Amino acid sequence: MATEDGKIPDSSAPEGTAPGDSVPGATVPAKAAPAESPQDVQAADVALDTAGGLHEPSLVPVSSQSGDVGHKQGNVLQQIMMGSGFVSILAVVVALVLGGLLIASTDSDVARTAGYFFGRPSDFLGALWSAMTSSYVALFQGAVFNPRQGFLPLLETMTVATPLICAALGVALAFRAGLFNIGAQGQVIISATAAAYAGFAWHLPSVVHLIVVIVMGIVGGAIWGAIAGVLKARTGAHEVIVTIMLNYIALFFLDFLLNTPAFRRPGENTPISPRIDESAAYPPLIPGSRLHFGFIVVVLLTIAVWWLLNRSTIGFEFRAVGANPAAARTAGVKVPLAMILAMAFAGALAGFGGVAQVAGTEKVLTGGIAAQIGFDSITVALLGRSTPWGTFFAGLLFGAFRAGAVQMQIQTGTPIDIVLVVQSLIVLFIAAPPLIRSIFGLNPGRKKNKPARPARRSAVATATGGAK
Amino acid sequence: MKLELKGISKAFGTFYANQDIDLVVEPGQIHCLLGENGAGKSTLMNVLYGLYEPTAGQILLDGRPVNFRGPGDAMAAGIGMVHQHFMLVPVFTVAENVALGAETTTFGGVLSIEETRKKIREISAQYGFHVDPDALVEDLPVGVQQRVEIIKALVRKAKVLILDEPTAVLTPQETDELLDIMRQLRDGGTSIVFISHKLREVKAVSDVITVIRRGRVVGDAPPTAPTTELASMMVGRPVSLTLNKDPAAPRETTFVVTDLTVRAPNGTTVVDGISFDIAQGEILAVAGVQGNGQTELTEAILGIQEHVTGSVTLDGKELLGLPVKDVLGAGVGFVPEDRSVDGLVGPFSVAENLVLDLYDKAPFANGISMNPSKVHEHARTKIEEFDIRTPSPNAAAGTLSGGNQQKVVMARELSRPLRLFIASQPTRGVDVGSIEFLHRRIVAERDVGTPVMIISTELDEVMELADRIAVLYKGKLVGIVPSGTPRDTLGLMMAGVGPEGGHHGH
Repeated sequence: MATEDGKIPDSSAPEGTAPGDSVPGATVPAKAAPAESPQDVQAADVALDTAGGLHEPSLVPVSSQSGDVGHKQGNVLQQIMMGSGFVSILAVVVALVLGGLLIASTDSDVARTAGYFFGRPSDFLGALWSAMTSSYVALFQGAVFNPRQGFLPLLETMTVATPLICAALGVALAFRAGLFNIGAQGQVIISATAAAYAGFAWHLPSVVHLIVVIVMGIVGGAIWGAIAGVLKARTGAHEVIVTIMLNYIALFFLDFLLNTPAFRRPGENTPISPRIDESAAYPPLIPGSRLHFGFIVVVLLTIAVWWLLNRSTIGFEFRAVGANPAAARTAGVKVPLAMILAMAFAGALAGFGGVAQVAGTEKVLTGGIAAQIGFDSITVALLGRSTPWGTFFAGLLFGAFRAGAVQMQIQTGTPIDIVLVVQSLIVLFIAAPPLIRSIFGLNPGRKKNKPARPARRSAVATATGGAK
Repeated sequence: MKLELKGISKAFGTFYANQDIDLVVEPGQIHCLLGENGAGKSTLMNVLYGLYEPTAGQILLDGRPVNFRGPGDAMAAGIGMVHQHFMLVPVFTVAENVALGAETTTFGGVLSIEETRKKIREISAQYGFHVDPDALVEDLPVGVQQRVEIIKALVRKAKVLILDEPTAVLTPQETDELLDIMRQLRDGGTSIVFISHKLREVKAVSDVITVIRRGRVVGDAPPTAPTTELASMMVGRPVSLTLNKDPAAPRETTFVVTDLTVRAPNGTTVVDGISFDIAQGEILAVAGVQGNGQTELTEAILGIQEHVTGSVTLDGKELLGLPVKDVLGAGVGFVPEDRSVDGLVGPFSVAENLVLDLYDKAPFANGISMNPSKVHEHARTKIEEFDIRTPSPNAAAGTLSGGNQQKVVMARELSRPLRLFIASQPTRGVDVGSIEFLHRRIVAERDVGTPVMIISTELDEVMELADRIAVLYKGKLVGIVPSGTPRDTLGLMMAGVGPEGGHHGH
């Protein structure tokens, strides 16, 4: 739609001006382009380059690494985050198949039978199949059901998924408001810190204590999220950069705190906090498993976020700001306020994740309290297409990967890391929907109607300009 | 050169943008393609220019079939195209722009611009273009930029020149100059394909008119055909082009703008000390070439411009400094200039867009809880009332045609009691039939006693609707004149010449 927005340069110049006469300042300043600014593009580049702060930025800027970063980046991001759920499912399938091939390639039986592939291909194919299936069967047994433990592994999956879904809901909510929240990690850390402090330092009656712990966690996360929102709304600082930096600040702040007397467990040299009180912990949900009350909270949160987004005026504003801030502003929505609020909500949701870690599974505060939850949550939200229930089930899937991987390594010797590979492949395929579509032949007519390359851009431009 | 299109069809998926189109452009003729927005004119020309490959059909030049794989082929065969949106590099000079893509070089690949300069001067002198080859394109008025585009085509020895909606961006005077240039080119033997939906120009300049509707040729007509007949051919049903509105019955003056000044972030003054008022039951139309401060004026009233001084009062209440929500709450209905940017949220459903600024008011919301059934009900009523062509209220607004999108915005803004109605380009991109309807709605709003402010760059629309006409030029108010003011006077005012002959602006 570039031509729709494109202002004809200098249309205000007077009719009779002699050619060559410069008309200073006659060009009407273009309105703030709502779609994207150069900062947006840059920030998106950085986010992609560092995997959301996971790696150090590379020396060569991303924009120089490939030929085609730039103009439509913002829209591409939106497409990736909110594309069709069908692509998500296909991406998981393809990633599992590729992951299976990778597993098979390290299998000794497969390697042996490959030696006489042309003699007896059935041996090779059989070995390939059994290598792939045995690993995934082990994964399934570790994550959902096995005859020995029954459905106990499924409960473990749900336990692992609990904080992940919370943080991912935050990422999804912010994204619906047009904000790319990379800061779930920092928000989880801060909320876990606040919640843990309330858990071990204050001694309160049982129900009250847990509520106080939860509130502390939410407030901590919300504040950490709102900082990015305020900076974005008031100064225009890009939320991707700000949240990445806030992640580092949170991480090192926690490291610092764990070395202060207020947080360090008495008599310990390692940076670890005292255990939180029993009254501060989520009650276990099913005896014999680690599953705790936090999972019920997650289900309620998912419903709440769905309601907020689809049935409330606040969600209407969030979505309007996310989809078209210019129109939202014209319709009277206070865009800066919506941004701050969306980030605070996102932080609060991540805060529930921090609380689930502290009051649910870990019961102590360590430097690694947030593990990879904040970063995985971005992938989960991505896989869930930024919808609350999509995020919920994507979170369960990732929980299953994590829970089942251990069993897989024990049973078949397949390294845990293969799960990371599968997760990464999922992201890769979701980020490249055309790839998935072409693998499954879902691109009808694309080749047929493909005009010459230089022609295409102007063709689209004139087509949209003319065809109303 | 004789150009023939035989049975051209172009399909996008199952949708046929062009179906079985036959067209013969004789040498030395101005052949007009008349049709509504979305009728398939531009698609057809893009096929001819090699941008699209036709699904079926043949293009013949002087009887020989040709097959263009891209604009390069088309240019080499002698077809030139001036797009609706210019394809010029603003920071290049005229000569550099003309040379771009067909540079002459001397030994060792050194660019020789002198040759191009000479050709530009020749063509410029031949047709009276008054174009300086060394001027920077960004400094040139739009009309001159358009001539640069024409020169580009002529330098490449175009025998057939396609002009796609060339008058959309011009003042009436510039338009007249362009029509003159077209006649000269025709007399010099160039064939011209002139694409337009403006009947006045088409009748003034064409030798043959071909009307296209929904991708098919409806028929040919001579330029002497009556305007109403051409219009009904375009739309496919009888249309009335004149709006029979009663004379205004202005009552109390409730909307007053005093000394309104808007500064752009870079410090330039874009609206300069404007004062006017509108009475209840009166339409004030603001005319002017695009980009003379109209956008900023309306946005300042709505409260989304910063650096605004002066005063805007509605019913005695000051609006400046209020948040947008409160301005809308004071009863201002606002149709923004660019509906796709400011008026609609594309991914939202039609129903949601119809409550985009009412979502938190009863009956659509109760506290922070929205009521989807009420939103839906509202959508069904408005879709019916405004004849919005949408597959369902749940369809994304971005998938509707431009005209239907505009109807969504108009329906929303006219669906509550108003104290002031401001509409920028209320009918841009809307088909002739719907224009009629929307104009009636605007007049109906006036007749219930709302002060109405219309901003339009279409002089026809201004003259049709206005009870008084204000003309803006470079952010200043050139003057306010009564509705019967002749076209020529208005045209001069749009170029900065005051109604008494004084020159404003500089």
